[in-house]
Amino acid sequence: MSAISPPAERVWWKAPLDKLELTWIAIAFVWSLVMFGMMVYWHIYGNQNLANETYKTTKEMFAAKTQAMVDKYTVRTETDQQIPVVKPPAGSDVYLIGRLWAWWPILELEKGKQYKLHLSAMDYMHGFSLQPQNINIQVHPNYEHVLKISPNQSGTYSIVCNEYCGIGHHTMVGRIYVK
Amino acid sequence: MATTYRICPRSGLQFDTDAEKLMRWNAVAGVLALLVGGIMALGVILTRWPAVHLLPADQFYMVLTAHGVDMLLFWIIFFEMAVLYFASSTLLHCRLATPKIAWLGFWLMAIGAVMTNVAIFQGESSVMFTSYVPMQAKPHFYLGLILFAVGALLGCFVFLGTLVVAKAEKTYEGSIPLVTFGALTAAIIAIFTIASGAVILIPTFLWSVGYIREIDTIMYRVVWWAMGHSSQQINVSAHVAIWYAIAAIVFGAKPMSEKVSRTAFLLYILFLQLASAHHLLSDPGVGSEWKVVNTSYFMYFAVLASMIHGMTVPGAIEQAQRAKGFNKGLFEWLRKAPWGNPAFSAMFLSLIGFGFLGGISGVMMGTEQLNLLIHNTIYVPGHFHATVVIGTTLAFMGLTYFLVPVLFKREVLFPGFAKLQPYLFGLSMYVMALVMMGAGTLGVSRRHWDMAFAGSPFAYEWPGAAYLMMGLTGISGVVAVIGGGGWILQIVFSLLFGKKLDEGETRSTPVPLTLPAPAGGQAAHAPSTPGTMVLALIFLTSFILYYFVNWKYLSSLWGLA
Ligand code: HEM
Ligand SMILES: [Cu+2]
Ligand SMILES: [Cu+2]
Repeated sequence: MSAISPPAERVWWKAPLDKLELTWIAIAFVWSLVMFGMMVYWHIYGNQNLANETYKTTKEMFAAKTQAMVDKYTVRTETDQQIPVVKPPAGSDVYLIGRLWAWWPILELEKGKQYKLHLSAMDYMHGFSLQPQNINIQVHPNYEHVLKISPNQSGTYSIVCNEYCGIGHHTMVGRIYVK
Repeated sequence: MATTYRICPRSGLQFDTDAEKLMRWNAVAGVLALLVGGIMALGVILTRWPAVHLLPADQFYMVLTAHGVDMLLFWIIFFEMAVLYFASSTLLHCRLATPKIAWLGFWLMAIGAVMTNVAIFQGESSVMFTSYVPMQAKPHFYLGLILFAVGALLGCFVFLGTLVVAKAEKTYEGSIPLVTFGALTAAIIAIFTIASGAVILIPTFLWSVGYIREIDTIMYRVVWWAMGHSSQQINVSAHVAIWYAIAAIVFGAKPMSEKVSRTAFLLYILFLQLASAHHLLSDPGVGSEWKVVNTSYFMYFAVLASMIHGMTVPGAIEQAQRAKGFNKGLFEWLRKAPWGNPAFSAMFLSLIGFGFLGGISGVMMGTEQLNLLIHNTIYVPGHFHATVVIGTTLAFMGLTYFLVPVLFKREVLFPGFAKLQPYLFGLSMYVMALVMMGAGTLGVSRRHWDMAFAGSPFAYEWPGAAYLMMGLTGISGVVAVIGGGGWILQIVFSLLFGKKLDEGETRSTPVPLTLPAPAGGQAAHAPSTPGTMVLALIFLTSFILYYFVNWKYLSSLWGLA
């Protein structure tokens, strides 16, 4: 009798287990515990954990805060669209808007310093995908996500949008400079 | 009309004539959806192949929406309805409960599938199968999905009803077969899934027609994935049940232990419902504790269950083969397996690919912090083509090779191609899944029309390796479309023009299933399974290495807190 027929032994739940099968279950169980432990371990000792700090916001409020930062710390503009490049002091609050189809403004940060990066979207959801680092975070409208970031290498970084946001999705690329 | 039963002369299986017709119609509807989805796959792959970049952006997103919906929902769920009816009515030698309701379910699903497809191809509903708010599709996009889901729900109830009838009418002795138990798991998860689907799709439909002003985006993702992820659990339960079924049909394999395999199915039901968390690991607004507890499902009980099935299915085959005398060394049982039988080769490729490619990558992605590395990159579709294509779709294809003569009473045409097909489709999918994961590890986005960012003020230059991986994705994807398209043609031609086979006896009363008299004394001791254990340990070693390599990669990134 096989798997497509009723079990030949009526009281199948009393049949003894195969030794190798039991060994495998034990190994698999221990491995599952290790993997569970790793997530907890990394929260305590690891340096890359996604922040839980999130606030409800509105598009207007978040845009106003970003504008205030831009007004205060813009150092120059780039491209013919005059996109501001903002250089906020180390340790400060930094705002980044995702909207159809741009990340705004451009940020200039210092290597080895920590910043509080606030992320929110103005319309659809967007995807913050920092390249070539490959850090990927979902960005929601009406939520303000606050992350403490510490860039550890200088260079020019791109923010690719990797949450589909309509026909211009592929043009949505932003920039962060780390000096 | 009175119920009649046909006894298949080739397999000895007994089919309720109504149930048989429902299985055929559901399977055919599924194959039609696969055909549409497969044509779309060609559009998708030829656009994502950077050197070809075939379609314009608007068509690409439309075609990708259709690909996801037709494949993941319509192809798989139609076929699963056939599997449910087979596992209940046929395996239990029972009449199907309320065939009229089963037909109503079928037609609701069919109307829903057509409606949603119409909405997609009218344009203006290119929202992907996840239809994240606040991007809005036309109302009939959502309405079609709702009708489809209601139809599937009816099918699940007919399945459960049939189990009740079988029990009441005593058509079998003892407990239900393991495969039926697996299908029961799938049906129970399906009911939960569809309920979650209703909770999110009905308000979204009302929002699209203007009765609701706004839908919260985080809430949407939590509830949508309660449906979206659990429905993958339906697929896993269904294809694992099919692995057991094919092992039983091809080898007469008996489960190593009924208790272990059934408990493992039960773990799916108990621990997979909260899985939507692992789609939100890189989202704000949901806490780390919630993420860790839910993704580890209290210490990965569901992963444990899959690891158990992954061992007990080949273990059962090894036992059956060793009992037949293939006892030399560790692997004679496997070398001497019928590799030219497409039902077997499809099943075995499905099992290995699902475990090694789909399983390992899935656990990596489902780890809270590691998810940051690949969220929304093309790694994600790489992973799930290993699960729903290599795992589910290939297993369904394998089962179909068995069903054509048994259920459709036709000989399979082009047997030479049939021998090859599982390798052609399966192995090209192995490659495609791998190179997509490779490109995703380098950061390449999913659902993205142009890696070169044409028209953007600051195009990002991907590393050459990323272009190489996407080129290989294109090539292997085209081979996979040929392997999948070939399968569709072969099955359709066999159904239309294959040699008609003997119907077998038709009778008006079912033959009940009886258990053989208990064997005198101690049952023969089942052979040990060292070969399977070695395979399992190779699997574990790859798993551990890959898992920690990713932690190493993560530790090199910018600090995040
Ligand atoms: C026959 C060969 C197939 C090829 C070449 C193929 C190719 C692809 C590719 C390249 C993508 C990713 C596109 C992107 O994100 O930009 C994709 C997405 C997808 N595929 Fe396939 N696929 C095939 C078969 C299947 C099958 C059989 C299924 C399901 C059973 C499936 C389900 C999906 C789903 C659900 C998506 C996600 C769509 C989305 O992101 O909204 N595919 N496919
Ligand atoms: Cu975007
Ligand atoms: Cu986007």
